[in-house]
Amino acid sequence: MSIWAFALIAVLFAVGSYLLMERSLTRVALGVGVIGNGVNVLIIASGSDAGEAPIIGREGVLADPLPQALVLTAIVIGFALLTFLMTLAWRNWTITGNDEVEDDVEDRMITRRAEQTEKLGDVPHPEDVQT
Amino acid sequence: MSSLVALPILIPLVAAALMLVVRNLFAQRAISFAALLSSLATATAVLVDVWNTGDIAVSRLGGWPGSFAITLVSDGLSSVLVVVALVVTATVLLFAVGQQTPDEHSPYYHPVYMALVAGISQAFLAGDLFNLFVAFEVLLMASYVLLTLEGNREQIRSGTTYVVLNIIESVVLVMAVGLIFAATGTVSFAELPERIAALPDGVRMGLHLLLLIAFGIKAAVFPLFSWLPDSYPTAPSSASAVFAGLLTKVGVYCLIRVQTLLFPGELSNLVMVVGVSTMAIGVLGAISQHDMKRILSFHIISQIGYMVFGLGIGGAVAIAATIFYLIHHIPVKTSLFLVEGIIERNTGSSSLDDVSGLARKSPLLAVLFLIPAMSLAGFPPLSGFLAKFALVRGGLSAEQYIGVGVAIVVSLLTLVSMVKIWVGAFWGEVAPSSLNNSGGVLRQHRSMASATAILVGFTLVIAVAAGPLYEFATRASDQLLDIERYISAVRSAS
Amino acid sequence: MIKSKILEELIDRWLTKVGTLVAIFITFRGHNAPGGGFAGGLILGAVFVLQYLAGQQPTIRRKPILNPERLLGFGLLLALVTTAAPLFVGGAPLESYIWSITLPQIGKVKIVSSTFFDFGVFFVVVAVVLLVLTFLGTRGGAISHEPTDGVG
Repeated sequence: MSIWAFALIAVLFAVGSYLLMERSLTRVALGVGVIGNGVNVLIIASGSDAGEAPIIGREGVLADPLPQALVLTAIVIGFALLTFLMTLAWRNWTITGNDEVEDDVEDRMITRRAEQTEKLGDVPHPEDVQT
Repeated sequence: MSSLVALPILIPLVAAALMLVVRNLFAQRAISFAALLSSLATATAVLVDVWNTGDIAVSRLGGWPGSFAITLVSDGLSSVLVVVALVVTATVLLFAVGQQTPDEHSPYYHPVYMALVAGISQAFLAGDLFNLFVAFEVLLMASYVLLTLEGNREQIRSGTTYVVLNIIESVVLVMAVGLIFAATGTVSFAELPERIAALPDGVRMGLHLLLLIAFGIKAAVFPLFSWLPDSYPTAPSSASAVFAGLLTKVGVYCLIRVQTLLFPGELSNLVMVVGVSTMAIGVLGAISQHDMKRILSFHIISQIGYMVFGLGIGGAVAIAATIFYLIHHIPVKTSLFLVEGIIERNTGSSSLDDVSGLARKSPLLAVLFLIPAMSLAGFPPLSGFLAKFALVRGGLSAEQYIGVGVAIVVSLLTLVSMVKIWVGAFWGEVAPSSLNNSGGVLRQHRSMASATAILVGFTLVIAVAAGPLYEFATRASDQLLDIERYISAVRSAS
Repeated sequence: MIKSKILEELIDRWLTKVGTLVAIFITFRGHNAPGGGFAGGLILGAVFVLQYLAGQQPTIRRKPILNPERLLGFGLLLALVTTAAPLFVGGAPLESYIWSITLPQIGKVKIVSSTFFDFGVFFVVVAVVLLVLTFLGTRGGAISHEPTDGVG
């Protein structure tokens, strides 16, 4: 297997991971697509040696069809995932006007409560303050 | 018997397809129940057969010979988990129908729910790694849709985190499958153990770690759990009940397969440390939370820790305890989420600030909460006590005193946080903010209440039948540890 | 979207028909040669995407009985019934059977049961492409529930 295939995989993974870190959902979706392709190339590159297409009637050394079947399935699944992510991004856009992932409100409230307790000492427990 | 193995996957899928054509809500409900009950009947038939004969039922799709066929394998562990999963999904469906929420009225709810059931059954029955990956994708895709079906702001936000993290998990999993195929030339569970054993140590460890990370994200173990308490609470109650009860357990099931079949006994110290820290972190998170759904979500993590700990100890006793824990935990956790769903439906909130005095308003609801809550905390004579007792015994016999100590402390802390819900929601005056103060909470939500009661009854049955069930778990664990038997069962299947 | 009249004519008159024929051909030859329901479905899907890009509604929507969701369910049902059918005659799920019959004028024809599975996949793929076009390609009308909280 050639070194170039692995270079390609590395580039696809790097680009995909970078895009996954973005806050914008459209870029996350693109990242999923790119990283998915990276995985597909990885399976093809490591899974089988080059050869003739594995079809009845072909002569010579045939390539192993199983990794190709795996990759075909992975492509179909990736297609569905990408569609779903795009729908999510579209929905997010209709609600908030952008396609960015928001913060978790409940999580921030807990943090604030903890800070409050720290500041005020152990006497007024937040539960008692609120009831 | 082997021809029945595939039916718990096929029947729900056919039902899902049918319901995309038939879009009448009442017809959809009827089809869903019929599909679940008939799958349950076939799964029970397989379980009874496996129980009586001690054999492993194998079905070859397509009737191809050798390692060409896609195999479905139903050994003791798989068959019992499929039955438990179908019981839980059927009762949750009854609950969802009674809930009268907009998402159940959507024409997509029932088809997607059936796809989820098919994915869960397939994951338990899969006889090769790639089939397992496909099963994961089926159930994950269904869970994405169920989680975001209402499409409101909060669901989209948490849904995004959930979807992206699970996609990363899928990427790691498919990478692991691809690399394992590259290293060994097969993905079949029956061929893999021998070929993996022949690999060099470094390669073996790398592949093992990839699988552990993929399934660890799914099972929400210690460093990889943060998506769970964020996403489950925003799902509709019926969906989060199924997710809480079943989805993480699919991850645990896969970890069991990895640790017993593919990489028997390897990296068990790592697994044990992960299990112990998952227990502790999960319960500490639960104590700091102030919303019922979030407390319960953190409890899932903590309980997963127990199972992973048992798996890390290894050996017939501890693995039997883990299997028993798994069987007990699925209905208990689901019924807690269902009780929470009734509370949320009745009062309009799941925050402990807004809800109080439920014990006076509805004593029966209090009982329905108390039984699974005490079971989760490990009170005798409930099933949780037996599960924890078995696990502690396994830990002591393996001389893992630190882990056992942590397990006991965590069990006490679980009780503390359950008391927090009890004091906050059930004691005290009836809150003025409750939407509905006329009393008779359960009478208003008859089918939700009966679904919850059925499930709580199921947990009691597990406690009563603990003797034979534990014996079965022991046999299932012997079966798991006897890899040769699995291989020969798959190879000799016709 | 595409403003040119010539392109529109070309797509409507030629590419649609040729593409559909190619899709059907590919679907049928899929048993022993490269092709099959998935590839055929994708080609027909590409035809619909072309129609969409040319600013037209994909034609299949004009017939209400063939709305994409029903088509999806029908295709899935066809594939799954083919999967389950061998169970009733004592085979394994997904097992395939070959019948060969002699038709007048045409001669000997081989019918393989897995062809029906391919048809099912074909319909599913086409339906998914149409669903994507109708739900994501148009503004609004895709999700029945309106947002519960304010549009920011």
